[in-house]
Amino acid sequence: MAVETATTPKFDRSAARKVARETRRNEAQAQKRLTSPVATVIAILIAFLWTIPTLGLLITSFRPGADSATTGWWTVFTGPDFTLDNYQEALTSGGTALTLGQSFLNSLAITIPVTVFVISIAALGAYAFAWMDFKGRGFLFVAIFALQIVPIQMALVPLLSLFSRGLEIAGVGIFPGLELREIDHSFATMWIAHVMFGLPLSIFLLHNFMAEIPSDVIEAARVDGAGHGQIFFRIILPLSMPILASFAIFEFVWVWNDLLVATIFAPTSSLPMTQTLNSLSGSWGDRWYLVSAGAFLVLVVPMIVFLALQRFFVRGLMAGATKG
Amino acid sequence: MSHTATTPTQQTQQPPSHPPTKQPSQTTTRVVVAVGAILIVALVIFILVGGPQPDAKPVSLGFSFNSFFRWIGEMGPIVQIPLVLVIFAAVVGLLLLLIEYAPRHGTGYFWLRLVTSFAIPLLAFMMLRPYQNAVVYVVIIALITGGLLFYADHRARQGAGYLYQLTLFLAPALIMLLVGLIYPAISTIVQSFYDKTGDNFVGMDNYVWAFTNPQGFWSIINTLIWAVFVPIFATVVGLAYAAFMERARGERLLKVLVFMPFAIAPVSISLIWKFVYDYRQGDQIGLLNAIVVAFGGQPVRWLDTWPLVNTFCLLIAFVWAQTGFAMVILSAAIKAVPVEQLEAAQLDGTTAWQRFINVTVPGIRTSIVVVLTTITIAALKLYDIVAVMTGGRSNSTVLGFEMVNQQQRFQSYGHAAALAVLIFVFVAPLIVYNVIQLRKQREVR
Repeated sequence: MAVETATTPKFDRSAARKVARETRRNEAQAQKRLTSPVATVIAILIAFLWTIPTLGLLITSFRPGADSATTGWWTVFTGPDFTLDNYQEALTSGGTALTLGQSFLNSLAITIPVTVFVISIAALGAYAFAWMDFKGRGFLFVAIFALQIVPIQMALVPLLSLFSRGLEIAGVGIFPGLELREIDHSFATMWIAHVMFGLPLSIFLLHNFMAEIPSDVIEAARVDGAGHGQIFFRIILPLSMPILASFAIFEFVWVWNDLLVATIFAPTSSLPMTQTLNSLSGSWGDRWYLVSAGAFLVLVVPMIVFLALQRFFVRGLMAGATKG
Repeated sequence: MSHTATTPTQQTQQPPSHPPTKQPSQTTTRVVVAVGAILIVALVIFILVGGPQPDAKPVSLGFSFNSFFRWIGEMGPIVQIPLVLVIFAAVVGLLLLLIEYAPRHGTGYFWLRLVTSFAIPLLAFMMLRPYQNAVVYVVIIALITGGLLFYADHRARQGAGYLYQLTLFLAPALIMLLVGLIYPAISTIVQSFYDKTGDNFVGMDNYVWAFTNPQGFWSIINTLIWAVFVPIFATVVGLAYAAFMERARGERLLKVLVFMPFAIAPVSISLIWKFVYDYRQGDQIGLLNAIVVAFGGQPVRWLDTWPLVNTFCLLIAFVWAQTGFAMVILSAAIKAVPVEQLEAAQLDGTTAWQRFINVTVPGIRTSIVVVLTTITIAALKLYDIVAVMTGGRSNSTVLGFEMVNQQQRFQSYGHAAALAVLIFVFVAPLIVYNVIQLRKQREVR
């Protein structure tokens, strides 16, 4: 760097400096776009308001139970006293029901397979929509997008009865339901339900990305004798990694955080953390030290995923919002 | 190519067995497929004519989805993850192999297509364990389906194997959508006209109930309040924050702070805010009441104060979570507004605020609309926050919650279905709008 500047002619350098100075001035002007004292105050206020509730809970979760029951969490700044016992107790206390520790494993066993299933099935479908010609393609694609019109609430009861009672038409049984009631850890209904509900959006997003891949690449492969199977697996999938990664994070966080599907479909022994926390927080009642520790245990995994892969997460979001 | 005069399961298919041209008649194909479809419907009716058989036993080939799920369900949760993933990968791998090899030319591939066309539907149906009285019909339906697929594929305009691989690509997704969304939606609409038990037709009674019963009525009113205020609050705050933070120092970190709640589970969000709204006598531990008391007021039961107060308290928790979403999208949109336009406006001597209103906001109009509709849809479907924070007490219920409440607590399927249909009706215009936008975009492309 230093050598380079030394060899550059002097007059060029001053010109460059001038340009740089002007750029800086322009940038400073542009920066003035909306920065006024009022705007700054408002922005800081928003940032403050958006952090305080979480901070309050986080601090409570580390305070001894006796303290947090009688004094506000903000008193911690005058007399700090922290403990990890709350987390210990929150993870292991469950009475007859599941503990948060056990349901943590359930959450993993639900979320990880669902994420893989949704992405794989959606990728297959999205490929056909993007790269295969067939009659009614446009209509079918829009129809799948439009399926987001169906609120999950609408699908719950019929799907539940399909799972438990099987297919019956006018009282005549054709297929029986699944007999999973007495099984220890059955996640099958959760897997299937989540995959079904996740498909419309994922097909839509993956298609938008795949359709943008230059067709030369695919033509070249076709000339070399590759069929659709190879093109999909060896060209489209690797090239679609960015969207696959970002949607995977999106789906992971979504399934992990879900409460509604779990409430309806999860058998008692297979409840995920969200549902367990919900029922435990009822019995914990006013013991805020437990409730807050539990709330943090639930949010910690998606938060790690989110913070570590924030870029991908945002990209997935953008793909969803701006429609490719 | 023409050496294969296939005779699938129908007797109806006799016509040009050795077509002289390479292109088989599409009309014939369509007729045969239509006849096959009618045949399938007829077979289903045959099963129904047999009447209910309460003690019919399921028939399986010795393995079924049920036995698989029972087997895997007996293992520990952590063991299940790799196990189910490996099996799933094997199935998808097989699918891809078929997609790759089956469409090729040659006798071997022809037989591969023929056998798999019949075998896959048959296997799928048998793994669902049809009842004794239905098993024969189910097998025939499976064979007809396979036969039709093979026949249509063989005579397809794009050549044999094209439709075959298309089916393999699309079938998993389409079947899941059909079973998981389309069938349940129709079923729920039908159910909403039946009573609690689902046996007696009651016409519009459930809808009348929804508008007259306090629970139903308030859930509708509150849902509309949510749908109006949540998107407006979240978008305004998100837009303000995105605009003010634009090129500020520490932009990234400050944005993450506001965006973070979007990744927090609604259960945790609810507990975080329940803590803010906490009410008790004496020393306050909830932030809001502590402030009220500090200013000399009486503590308020925020979540039990009706009307409006409790709904808005709940709603703010959701706004808190959604603002980050609005902010991220709008921030990206603001960055994409051409600098030249802003500079031109600046030369005209406009103030920063005028530029923001007249240049930036019109420039990001589409993004604003997307954010508004997305958040509105989320607000209409909302369940978790109400369920955890109040459980619907003090008339704070919303449609998305009340529906589950009616179904779980009161076992009242008719009412639940009617409420679900109402959510559908509210969401529909927004999705239709999105679809119109989507079609416009696709036409441009």
